[in-house]
Amino acid sequence: MRLLNRQVSRPVGLVLAAAPFVVVIAVYMIASEARLAENAADKLLPALETMGRAIQRVAFEPSRRTGEYLLWQDTAASLSRIGIGIGISVTLAIMIGIPLGLIPMVRTTLGGFVATVSLIPPITILPILFIVAGLGEVSKIALITLGTAPVMIRSIAGAVEELPRELIVKAQTLGASTWQVLVRVVLPQVLPKLILAARLGLVPAWIFLISAEAIASTEGLGYRIFLVRRYLAMDVILPYVAWITFLAFAIDRILLWLSHRLFPWAHLGAKAG
Amino acid sequence: MLTIQRLTMSYGNTRVLEPISLTLSEGAFATIVGASGCGKSTFLRLVLGQEQPSSGAILLDGAPLPPEPTQARGIVFQRYSVFPHLTAWQNLLLPHGIASSPLTGHVRGADRLAAEGRARALLERTGLTAARDRYPAQLSGGMQQRLALAQALMREPRILLLDEPFGALDPGVRLDMHDLLLEFWREFGMTILMVTHDLPEAFKLGTRLLVFDKLRHDEQAPEAFGATITYDLPIAGAAATAALGQSAPDAASETEITNATAATARFMERT
Repeated sequence: MRLLNRQVSRPVGLVLAAAPFVVVIAVYMIASEARLAENAADKLLPALETMGRAIQRVAFEPSRRTGEYLLWQDTAASLSRIGIGIGISVTLAIMIGIPLGLIPMVRTTLGGFVATVSLIPPITILPILFIVAGLGEVSKIALITLGTAPVMIRSIAGAVEELPRELIVKAQTLGASTWQVLVRVVLPQVLPKLILAARLGLVPAWIFLISAEAIASTEGLGYRIFLVRRYLAMDVILPYVAWITFLAFAIDRILLWLSHRLFPWAHLGAKAG
Repeated sequence: MLTIQRLTMSYGNTRVLEPISLTLSEGAFATIVGASGCGKSTFLRLVLGQEQPSSGAILLDGAPLPPEPTQARGIVFQRYSVFPHLTAWQNLLLPHGIASSPLTGHVRGADRLAAEGRARALLERTGLTAARDRYPAQLSGGMQQRLALAQALMREPRILLLDEPFGALDPGVRLDMHDLLLEFWREFGMTILMVTHDLPEAFKLGTRLLVFDKLRHDEQAPEAFGATITYDLPIAGAAATAALGQSAPDAASETEITNATAATARFMERT
């Protein structure tokens, strides 16, 4: 049988899917052991037990300096920044993106402007934000929003334009006003696309969050890994990276689940990711 | 009475419709046939108000129709005629929701009872009662079109426009749809304009047959001339008029029909 026709059974599939992870961890452990055998004080590839102790220290013991549980404090700070930032972007995507896609006058007025703004590399705005809004929360949230909103607005406008014209016309023949077309036909149909846009927006959002925290912050996941970098504390950095990855993954899955839950009609038929 | 006065349509240099004038009496069932790309659907979109004619006017009872879709003209397209995010039941309640609340578009209170009564009756008539909580994607093509028809009729438009509504359906399902459509037409008495590819369907359903074709053809510049109505025949609309117990006094003669049929079949083959 051709390779491309060979299906994978579920148990075999699980083993195969786990294999790359196992290989990477195994390679790490061997390399770590080798380095530590040569120099017990090596910090570059800490043993898993060392990382375990670091996790224990940052997650389950109050910090000796502040009395806080660092990992949770950092997580809360970062999640609230990314949550508020993406939340504002989602709101803007609805408020601007939908009219942009639906109403010719808005499209003519704002289309070129939004397209231009979305081309500004957001990270270049960061110094401007720090100057204008200071080093506080506002700058970090603004960076996330500026970095994600234009793309989300454009993708929602695109989703509106892609709605079959027939549906918009049909609604009008049922007597719908512009507003009614918007709230009963357009908005409900682009909400699943909005969740998709948020999921896609979260990818750059994490980059902006970590960047902003690395440069100026007093707490947050990005702040912590750049802080402990000075002490080559790989035993903290690696678990933090894994934790950030897990958070990103979990948020993505939760949004996907929400979309299935709230908009079952959007996931009928073709597989939706 | 629907009056169409010297309606023309061009897209840039491409002439789609030569002047069309037409008067449809209340309750007429006009079927429109012609080769594909001959402007039948464009004509329907003009009557619907989805597009603006290059010149000419469309009047309902002597008053010009607004240049955008309105409640006076219902529509069933071949596809995308029902809202995918609403169940069959919610689709049927939408027209009353729109009428009853300018802000939310949801129907409440006493209006809701009336809307639900009508929706229930139409579900029954269209055989969709068991499917009331399903989304369109979970319905067959025939069921979707029945739902679209029911939705268009929730608030009884005076004119019903049908753009190849049964074009994507299996032959058996089509026949059921014909019966349903004629039933609704007799009951509500709306004026129907229906575009179809299927000549027998046009003869079976219509009380008037409009054949669209180009009168002049320039091989060097095919875009120079548009189509117009080349045959306008009162027909027996067998399924329709016979059941009404009327003879069709001005029905076209045998020969006329034969000519038109042959001509139309020829036009269609050409494409």
